[in-house]
Amino acid sequence: MSQPNLLQIKGIRDGLLITLGSAPWKDLSAALFAQVESQQAFFNGARVALDVGTLPLHVNDLAALRDALSEKGITLWAVVSESNLTESTAQMLGLATRLAKPKTEPARPAPAAEPPREDTPLWVQKTLRSGVRVEHPGHVVVLGDVNPGAEIVSGGSVVVWGRLRGVVHAGAQGNREAVVCALDLSPTQLRIAEEIAITPKRHGKSTPEVVKIKDGRLQAEPWQAD
Amino acid sequence: MTAQVITVTSGKGGVGKTTAVANIAVALASTGQKVVCIDGDIGLRNLDVVMGLENRIVYDLVDVVEGRCRTRQAMIRDKRLPELFLIPAAQTRDKSAVSPSDMIRLCTELREEVDWVLIDSPAGIERGFRNAIAPADRVLVVTNPEMSAVRDADRVVGLLEAEEKPAPLLIINRVNMNMIKRGDMLSVEDVYDLLRINILGIVPEDENVIVASNRGAPLTLDGKGKAGLAFQHIARRLNGEQVPFLDLENRGLWDRLRDLTGRK
Repeated sequence: MSQPNLLQIKGIRDGLLITLGSAPWKDLSAALFAQVESQQAFFNGARVALDVGTLPLHVNDLAALRDALSEKGITLWAVVSESNLTESTAQMLGLATRLAKPKTEPARPAPAAEPPREDTPLWVQKTLRSGVRVEHPGHVVVLGDVNPGAEIVSGGSVVVWGRLRGVVHAGAQGNREAVVCALDLSPTQLRIAEEIAITPKRHGKSTPEVVKIKDGRLQAEPWQAD
Repeated sequence: MTAQVITVTSGKGGVGKTTAVANIAVALASTGQKVVCIDGDIGLRNLDVVMGLENRIVYDLVDVVEGRCRTRQAMIRDKRLPELFLIPAAQTRDKSAVSPSDMIRLCTELREEVDWVLIDSPAGIERGFRNAIAPADRVLVVTNPEMSAVRDADRVVGLLEAEEKPAPLLIINRVNMNMIKRGDMLSVEDVYDLLRINILGIVPEDENVIVASNRGAPLTLDGKGKAGLAFQHIARRLNGEQVPFLDLENRGLWDRLRDLTGRK
């Protein structure tokens, strides 16, 4: 019925994992639905995670798929992908992008063995609202606000041209040189490498600030031209 | 006729979605426009109670979707306003009984027959929420001036953006001027500052709302009470009227609201 190369289904702890092969999205989703159609009883009520490989997916594709699946009684809860676009699409739709939830491991072992990665910075030109998680191995630049409930995890530094009120983790792979700056710096929680700080409630007018590791702890200072 | 489909949602429960739907619907219908409300909260319906129509339910939304009755048969006519109808939710089923495309089909059908379709979304961001927003032309996000409600509203706005819906409009419900003046409540500006979406209405806290919903007679019916007035203004703004509200800011929002409420 369905071509075995297009998709592969296996049971995992959190339900079913469907791994898609490399083919145009149209063929893949058709194959997926053929499979679902032919084994309705098996799929009904299933929780499905989808591994789409490197396929770039837009909001429309993924939202349509999720809705179509949910009509068959299938809950799509996660989309795993190597494509940044797909990953951010999934995040915007509130889907998980990792199968095993990473527990908040106590300070990652960071023997800064590998040099800080020089990936292209991630440019985000919108307000990050509650529930959005941005993860990037390089620097992250946000032109907009980071609202409470949003998270940024960056391998490098984080620059927010706006209000930073969510959670931010810079230098997540252990880079202690990373900095975090924002026009209005009042994050719920701020981390650089394995240092954690909670910003005190601020009253009055805020000024642009930059946070870096100094003398082994996080310190904020005015963000201005040196 | 081509109706506008408007979904009222919030993320958090208990902020006043159902009250907003009932009151806006009454306000729209009292001007002679034909309005259908759909209760999207399958399994926990209560729009019928607030509208005082619970004892008239024969068929519900799930019956329509599953083809057990015609859409007309599930539309309960209001006791007082002949142009106002309710399609109630099923109480004995759950959200999965209806799908987003069912809602789109139903609204496509209703669009031809009425002027407004108002959908009362359940709390949460799961299936029921997606059902409710699928057919929406416009989405109204209701929030209260408290951090948890605003946080959830922010999440909902983010999800709507992700679904590429038109920018939602904000209703801030249960605003208590005295508490804001004392600094004990987020102000309208604080809420706007975080959400950054246009405000459609600001509804003051009003005891009459509870009285009215217990009586099953939405506030705007008798046209008195501050909250009732605020909902009437919201309905007029939906109709494209410029009800003075934006100039609130020039005159000082609270001066203006104090005028409205008669408080000093």
